[in-house]
Amino acid sequence: MILESLGIVYALLGAACAVFLAGAGSALGVGIAGQAASGVVSEDPSKFAKVLIMQLLPGTQGIYGLLVGFITLSKIGIIGGGAVEISPSTGLLILAACLPIGIVGLISGKSQGKTAAASIGIVAKKPDQFGKAMLFPAMVETYAILALLISILAVSGIQV
Amino acid sequence: MAVLQMQRISICALKKNRKAILEKLQSMGVMEVSQFLEEDEDFRRMDTANARSSFEKAAASVDRALDILQIYAPEKKSMLSSLAGKELVDQKRYQQIIGDKETLLRTANQIQSLDRERAEQKSEILKLENSIESLKPWLPLEVPMDYEGTTHTEMLLGTMPGECSLEQIYSAIAEKAPEAQGYEAHIVSAGQEGTYLTVFCLREEARQVEEALRSRGFARPSQILQQVPAAARSEMESEINSRELKIEEIEQQLAGLGVSRESLKLLADYYRVRADKYEVLGTLPQSERTFFISGYVPEKYTDKLKSALEGRYDCVVDVEKLKEDEEAPVLLQNNSFSESAEGILESYGLPAKGEVDPTAIMSVFYVFLFGLMLSDAAYGAIVSIACGAALKKFPRMEAGMKKSLKLFFWCGLSTLFWGVMFGGYFGDVVNVVSRTFFGNQVEIPALWFIPLNDPMKLLIYSMLFGLIHLFTGLGIKGYMCIKDNRYLDFFCDVVLWFLFLIGLIIMFLPTDIFASVAGVKIVFPEFVNFLGKAFAIIGVVGILLMSGRENKNFGLRIALGAYDLYNVTGWLSDVLSYSRLLALGLATGVIAQVVNQMGSMAGNGIFGVILFIVVFIVGHTLNLAINLLGAYVHTNRLQYVEFFGKFYEGGGRMFNPFKENTKYADIKED
Repeated sequence: MILESLGIVYALLGAACAVFLAGAGSALGVGIAGQAASGVVSEDPSKFAKVLIMQLLPGTQGIYGLLVGFITLSKIGIIGGGAVEISPSTGLLILAACLPIGIVGLISGKSQGKTAAASIGIVAKKPDQFGKAMLFPAMVETYAILALLISILAVSGIQV
Repeated sequence: MAVLQMQRISICALKKNRKAILEKLQSMGVMEVSQFLEEDEDFRRMDTANARSSFEKAAASVDRALDILQIYAPEKKSMLSSLAGKELVDQKRYQQIIGDKETLLRTANQIQSLDRERAEQKSEILKLENSIESLKPWLPLEVPMDYEGTTHTEMLLGTMPGECSLEQIYSAIAEKAPEAQGYEAHIVSAGQEGTYLTVFCLREEARQVEEALRSRGFARPSQILQQVPAAARSEMESEINSRELKIEEIEQQLAGLGVSRESLKLLADYYRVRADKYEVLGTLPQSERTFFISGYVPEKYTDKLKSALEGRYDCVVDVEKLKEDEEAPVLLQNNSFSESAEGILESYGLPAKGEVDPTAIMSVFYVFLFGLMLSDAAYGAIVSIACGAALKKFPRMEAGMKKSLKLFFWCGLSTLFWGVMFGGYFGDVVNVVSRTFFGNQVEIPALWFIPLNDPMKLLIYSMLFGLIHLFTGLGIKGYMCIKDNRYLDFFCDVVLWFLFLIGLIIMFLPTDIFASVAGVKIVFPEFVNFLGKAFAIIGVVGILLMSGRENKNFGLRIALGAYDLYNVTGWLSDVLSYSRLLALGLATGVIAQVVNQMGSMAGNGIFGVILFIVVFIVGHTLNLAINLLGAYVHTNRLQYVEFFGKFYEGGGRMFNPFKENTKYADIKED
C-alpha cells in the first residue's frame, strides 16, 4: 500500500540529489579556489577581479543542479500547480535521471575547484595569461555540462 | 582583417640631429626598435644606464609623492573613473609645466619629506602613549620615582608579582630579614598583574630588606622617572598634544599641495618618456659624427615616417622588405566590428609567422555564440546599454578596455536577438507579473520556439552551429595551405577530411537514431545515400594512405593513417561540446524563472509587490552576473579549443613600438 504511493517521494529524492550533490561539489570547489584566491589578494589586491572570476568558475555545477532540480519539481507539480499522481516506477525513473548531474556535479565541482586554484597560481605569476589560465577549469566543466544535458533530456523525456 | 605587413626601416643620421630624430620617432610611435649592427671599432654604443636609472628613479619618486597626495588630498573618483582613460593635455601647457620641472621636483620631495615627518611624529606619539600606559600604576605616588630618601632612610620602589597585601609583605621581611628594625611599606596600587609598592627602611638595612623582598619576587621597575608620576604624565600628555597639532599642520600643508597634482602627473610622465628614450639611445651604434637606428615599421606608415625625417634632417632613410627567416612583430588591423575581438585573440596568442589573422571570422562566431548562451532579451539590452553608455561617456578610454566593452556591446545585441527568438525577457517575468498582479496571464510568444519546451530541437541546432563553426576552422586551414602553395597538404589534410565527415553525416541523418532524437525522419534520395557512402569511403581510404605520407616505411605510414582516422572521435567530442550552448541557454532561462517564481510567492498585495521587487532586483542581478561569466568563459573555450584547434597555433610577438609610454596623460601633438 505504502509502496504504491512512494512515486512522488522517489521523484523528490531525485530533485534533492541533483541539487544537493551538485551544490556540494560547487561549494567544495569554490571553497578550494577561494583559499588560493585569498592568498593572491593578500599579496596583490589589484588582482582581485581576475581571481574572483577564477573562483566563480566551479560555481556553475551548483547552478546546473538547481536547474535540473527545478525542472523536476515543476514536472512533478510540486511547484507551479497541482501535484500529479506518480507511480513508483516513474518516480524511480526521475530519480535515475537526476543522478548524472548530481554525481558528476559533485566530483567535477571539486576537481574544477582544484584546477581553478592552480590557475589562480598562473594569474598570480603571469597576469597576462589570464585567457589561457581560464581554459583549464573550463575543460573540467565540459563533463558537468554533458551530465547536465543527459539529466535534462532524461527528465523532460519521461512521461508523467 | 589581417596582420599588417612590416618593413625594416634603417636610418643613418648626423649626431647633431640625434635628439630631434629620436623625439620625432617617439612621438610618432610607429617603429619598434630592433638593431642588427654589432659594435665594432667605429660604431660604439653609449652607456646610458645611469641617466636612464636616474630618470626612472625620478619618475618613481614623483609617483610616490602622488600616492601620498592621494591620501591627504584625495582626488574625487567615481566608481567608473577607471574607465575614463588618460587625459589629453595641450602641448603648450605641457611645455610650460615641464619648463618648471626643478620646482616641481622640489615639491615632490617636499611632499615625501612631510610624509616622513608625519610618520616620525606618529611613532613618537605612540612611544609616549606607551610610557603613559606603563606609568599608570605609579600615578598615586607623590614623590619622584627616583626619590633618594632622607639622611637615615631609603626608599625601595618596585613591584611584586600578583596581588599581595601589606601583611604578606611585612611577614616576608620579618621572615627573611629578622634582624631588620625599622621599615614601613606602602602599596601604591595593586591588581592582577602585580602589586606596586614602596618600602621605607633604614639606610643600613636597605640591602637586607630588599634581599628579603626579592626572594618573594620583588623587582625594580624598568623605567624610573625623575619626576612625580602624575606630573610626568601631564607633561607627556601636553607633548602628545603638541605633536598632534604638528601632524595636523603637516596634513594641512599636504592637502594644500594637492593643487600641484596635475603638474606632478605630467612630470612623472615626462621622466618616464625620457627614461624610455635613453633606453633606446643606449642601443644605438654611434660613430664619432653619426648614429644608426633600425627597426620594424608597418608598411602603411613607412612613407609618412620617411617624409617626416628626410626633408627635415640630414639623414638617410632606407626601407626594405623583411628577410625570409626574419620574424616580424605582429600588429593586427580589422574593421571596427571585428577589432573588438582582438583582445580575445591576443589572450590566446597572436598569429605566428605565416598564419592568417582569424579575428574577423572569429568575431562573428563569438558574438553569435555568446548571444545564444545568454539568450535573454532583457539581459542583452542591459549589457548593450551599459557598455554603449560607458563607451559614449568616456571617449578616451584605454584601447584594450574600449575593445572589450565594444565586444560586449555587440554580444549584448546578439543576446537581445536570441532572447526575442526564444521568448526570454527576464525569464518569464511577463507571464508571472500579469498572472500574479493583474489576474490574467499575458505571454510574449517566442519568435522561433521556447527551448525549455523542446530541448532536443535546440540541441540539434547547437550541434549544427558547432559543425558550421568547426568546418569554417577546417576551411581556414585549407586556405592557409593554398596560400602557402602546399596543395598536397590541402588535399590530404583538408579535402579528405571534409569528404569523410560529410559522408558520415549523410549516412547518419537517415538513421533511426537521428530520427528519434530530432523527431523528424529524413529520407534522402538513393543517389545521395550512395554519394555519402562514396565520400566516406574515399575519405577513409585517403586518410589511411596519405596521413603518414612523410614516412617512407609503408607499414608505419598505414599505422599513422589509422591513428589519424582515430581523430574522428575528436570531431565527435568537439561537436558534442557545443551542447553547452543549450545547457547554458537553459540555465539562464530557468534560473530567471526560479527568481520570478520566488518573487511571486507572496501573491498580490502591497507586501507581495515589495517582495517581488526586492527578489527581482537581487535575483536577476545575480543571475545576469553569473551567466555573463559563464557565457564569456564558454564562448572563449569554444573558440580556443574547438575552433582554433582545427587550424591555429599562435605564438606571434606583439608589435611594441617606441612611443611615449605615459601613465597619466597623453600629450596632444600640434
